[in-house]
Parts: sequence; C-alpha cells; structure tokens
Amino acid sequence: MSKEKFGIYGGQYIPETLMNAVNELETAYNHFKNDKQFNNELKCLLNEYAGRPSRLYFAKNATEKLGGAKIYLKREDLNHTGSHKINNVLGQILLAKKMGKTRVIAETGAGQHGVATATAAALLTMECEIFMGREDIERQSLNVFRMQLLGAKVNSVETGTKTLKDAVSQTMREWSSRIDDTFYVLGSAMGPYPYPHIVRDFQSIISKEIKEQLFKKESKLPSVVIACVGGGSNSIGAFYNFINDKEVKLIGCEAAGKGVDTLETAATITKGKVGIFHGMKSYFCQTENGQIAPVYSISAGLDYPGIGPEHAYLHDTKRAEYIPVTDDEAVAAFEFLSKTEGIIPAIESAHAMYYAMQLAPKMSKDEIIVVCISGRGDKDVAMIAEYKGVI
Amino acid sequence: MNRITKIFKNNKALITYLTAGDPDISKTEEYILAMALNGADLIEIGIPFSDPVAEGETIQNAMVRALSKNINLEDIFGIVLNVRKKSDIPLVFMTYLNPMFFYGYEKFFKRCKEVGLDGIIVPDMPFEEQEEVKHFARKYSITIITLIAPTSKKRIPILAKQAEGFIYLVSSLGVTGLRSRITTDIKAIMSEIKNVTDIPVAVGFGISKTSQAKEIVKCADGVIIGSAVVKIIEQYKVNAAVKLANYASELKKAIILN
Repeated sequence: MSKEKFGIYGGQYIPETLMNAVNELETAYNHFKNDKQFNNELKCLLNEYAGRPSRLYFAKNATEKLGGAKIYLKREDLNHTGSHKINNVLGQILLAKKMGKTRVIAETGAGQHGVATATAAALLTMECEIFMGREDIERQSLNVFRMQLLGAKVNSVETGTKTLKDAVSQTMREWSSRIDDTFYVLGSAMGPYPYPHIVRDFQSIISKEIKEQLFKKESKLPSVVIACVGGGSNSIGAFYNFINDKEVKLIGCEAAGKGVDTLETAATITKGKVGIFHGMKSYFCQTENGQIAPVYSISAGLDYPGIGPEHAYLHDTKRAEYIPVTDDEAVAAFEFLSKTEGIIPAIESAHAMYYAMQLAPKMSKDEIIVVCISGRGDKDVAMIAEYKGVI
Repeated sequence: MNRITKIFKNNKALITYLTAGDPDISKTEEYILAMALNGADLIEIGIPFSDPVAEGETIQNAMVRALSKNINLEDIFGIVLNVRKKSDIPLVFMTYLNPMFFYGYEKFFKRCKEVGLDGIIVPDMPFEEQEEVKHFARKYSITIITLIAPTSKKRIPILAKQAEGFIYLVSSLGVTGLRSRITTDIKAIMSEIKNVTDIPVAVGFGISKTSQAKEIVKCADGVIIGSAVVKIIEQYKVNAAVKLANYASELKKAIILN
C-alpha cells in the first residue's frame, strides 16, 4: 500500500490531518517535475539568482600537502546564501507558488535552511515563518537576525532538546494547524514521502554538475565522493548521479560529537537502530525504551537523531559507507582547509573534509576524491574561536 | 460485540485520556478507576513519547513528566493488568508508532492481549501504513482505532469503511489541546461517515467544557476529553482523584441528559 519506499525505509508515518496535504504535494510535484516551464524557471533561478553551476575546484595545496589522491572541492559554499540549501528551497518554493500557496514554513538547525527559505520567500513574495530550537538560536544568533532581515518571523522552539529535531516536530505541528495556504519547505532528504524524493531531486544537481565538470577536467569519474550527513540532503545530492557508477565510492560523514562511545554523539548509522519518527522509517538514535535520544554535535546542522531513508537503504545495501567524525576532528579539518586553501568551510562540511584528509594519503596520485563543501564557515567562526578558547 | 462497541449501545459515550506515569504509576491506576467509577465509558492511556508530534503543550508536558520518572512499556502493561483486576472498562493505548516498533510488534500485541487491553490509537500511523501491524492486531484481537480529520475529505469513505471499534473524529486542525471554539462542520463529516458505516463516532481534540460535550453529542456517538483531564492532573498532582471523579460525572451527566 505504502508508496515509493527505499527497501523498508521511508513511508508516510504522519497524522491523518496531514495526509491530504502530502498527497496534494505528491500530485503537484509529479506534474511539475516534468513541466517544461517549471524547469526553465527553476533553472533560471538557480543560475541567475543562486549562482549555479557551483565551481568544482582543484585543491592543489591540500592535495600536495596530503600527498596522495587529487582533491576536488564542490563549492556549494559559493552559492547565494552560502550553502547547498538554496538548491532545494528555490525548487520547493517555486512549487509552492505554482500550487497557489501564499505562506511557507520551515525548520532550521544551523540556520542555513532557514536563511535560504527566508531568502527565496522574499524573492518569490511569500509569507515566511521559521522554527528554530532555542539552543540553536543561541548558537547561531547572527543567522536569526539574517532571517528577520529577510522578512521572516523566527519562532523559538522551547520543547525537548530545543534543537533541530524539536524544530521539525514543531513545524509539523504548525503545518497541521494551517494547511490550506501553507507549504512546509522541508530542508533535508527526510520526512514523509514525497519529501525525501523531492529534496533529493532538487539537490541531485550537485552530482550532475560534479560529473560533467570532472569529466571536462579529468575525463574520468572520481574514485570517491565524500559529503557530510545530518538528515542527508547535500550528501544524497552529491551521491545521486553516481549511485549506478559502482566504481565510485560514496562516503557519508556523520557527526560523532565527543565520540561514538559517549552519549554526546549524533552518529545515527553507527549508533542508531531502525525506528519510525518524523514521518519515516529509518535509523534513529534511541534509548533502550524506544524514545528518541538526545543527540549532540558541535555542528547544529548535523545535530539530528535520524537520517534520510535513502541513506538508510544505501547503508544496508552497502552502496554507501557512513563514517563517524568527532568534533575535534572536524575542527582540525576546518583549520586545515582555512590555512591551506583559504577556504573556511562550514563546520558541517569540515566533517567530510576530515575523512578526505585520512583517505587521500592512502590513495594513489591518479585517483580523485571529490569533497562536497556544503556551506561556508562564516557562521561558525565565533563558535570555533570559543571552542579553541581564543575568546 | 466486544467491550469497545458495547459502550455505544444504549447511550452516548464518555471517553477520557490520561498519560501513563503522570504523576506516577500507582496514581495512573487510581485515576483510571476514579474516572471509570464516575461515568467514563472508555479510557485512553497515553504511552509517553519523547517527541509527540500530534500533541499540544499540555500533553507534551505530561509526557515529559512521565518520562522524567523513567516509565517504560512494561510498567504501563502493569497498569493495565492491575486495572483489569478491578474493572471491566474498555482500555485503549494512545501511542506513537516507535515505542511499539522498538518493542517488537508481535510481542507488543501479545502483551496487550495478555493484560486485557482492547485497542490502540496511533496518531502517526495513517491508514496507508497500517499493513505492518494489522496482522498482529488481528491475531491478538486488538482493535485499531481509525482517526478521521477535518482535512480527510475524499478519504472519509475509505477510512470509515475499514474502521473497527469506533471512529475517532478529530474536531479541529492542529494538535491536541483546549479550544474555546470548534469551527469544523462536525455534522457534515458525521453524515459522510454514516453514509458508509454504522460504526460509532466519538469526537475529540479541543473539548473541555460540559456545554461543548453536550453540543458534540447532538450529532456524535461520544466525546473524547484529553487535555482537560491532563490539566487537572497537572494542577492537583497526586491529589487529583476526587477532582477527576467529579469532572467525569459532570461530563457524563451533560451528555446523557441530551
């Protein structure tokens, strides 16, 4: 009965109140994804407004320093609003507009998805409300002001752990109370069907471009593609067009926080068990009683107890590999990339960079690693300074 | 006719909700019995969940209180077992899917039957996702209660046709919690349901006052009162039994005099 699952993962585990809304979304999306005018408008927004295609940059200094595989960086940090989030948001808000909606709501963790949503809402003249955990509001106060500047209302979520998972729950509650004019812009490749498909499709432009750009530069496929994974939108985007190229290794880096042997971790694949939450069946960090466990990461964007259902499937089928990276390791990569390439990555993306640093020296010089730099690190600079004890 | 359908036979039904373990396990047992003896016809026992997406603040907070005492499913099965020794009132769990899934579906339904539970209400399990539990529910004779919402529209006939026990009609958009006014056209939805099934319909979400309950049962077969009960427990903590008994009896009076 249930639609479009990834193996056993995915589904539509949501209250009846929302069922017609997701069915309506499915119908609209299936129509517009093949609609020429919709696709032209989206392409124009992505190119002219968001600045696509994003660069595939050969990191020469980092490559030389690590002394192994060639490292290329997919520069999603150079997009308008500073992360990959804009790819999905422009697609969803354009879809919302076509569906006749006038108001968008969204959850945000680090604030990148919230900023992207507020930006696209301003551009496409939509009313916009963002839900953000109190904890994240404190960690990312500049992004809160940024969203407000863009005309969005930012609601502080005071329940539970006051982070991303609670923001998602609160946005679902808000949606169920006002459906007719409201579109829920989900930020990651998760939630009830059709969201994991929609987000993946809009983000898959990342791997489409990597493939084309690398072919122009090197006339071959990469050996490895690495991306960070929270809910998993930049990673599924970076993986998607390589899934059928079996020779390309796909690696997701999840947030280990203070270590996978501590309670302060968000490494869902490493530590989680199969469960049902936020509309989907997937892996979740849980307690021994099936409660969703509080998770922790230095990175607000990876601080989520679950992972998108397609990743759960890629893990089970061993098509992709998921590696935990700790706070300390991510901070080391954050500093490494800043110093060697003059690129300050988002602390989320630094998780992926760390594993590239481990892998590259073990690989040969004619192999290629592509790291998805999902966002820029300006938002994290103050927090890293504090972490290092500088301020 | 099972215990659930029997309550609608001759009268309008009063269904009340409380969260298991709020304020503690023994009080939950006492409060169930207090309401059962004073007019409640069926009790919904909420299984606390860390992230209840369909609940408003009142029930969210009750779940936080219960979880802070480390209540688990075994404790809650124990509550049912003890109540069952003293009362024949139908009991249903209101639970999110994950605690059931984590415990194991077959083991869960088997325990439900052993302790004398009658049914389950699962707010994050729409009709489309029932397949994976249906088999076990049937095997152990546990009724799955179907929810119908103001937004269900053309889904109503499909949902109503396969419903068993009673239909839980959600009165309003949004989450659980008190509302001063219910704006949904309950009557219209009721007649759509009654077109395809004879199964009784109880209306919940937002109802607290006796006058609201009275109004609802003009067209429905029963009312479900949740957050208002939880608010009493929140206020009176371990001393809520008399208040709950009085509240249940007032509500019952209001709906049978209709």
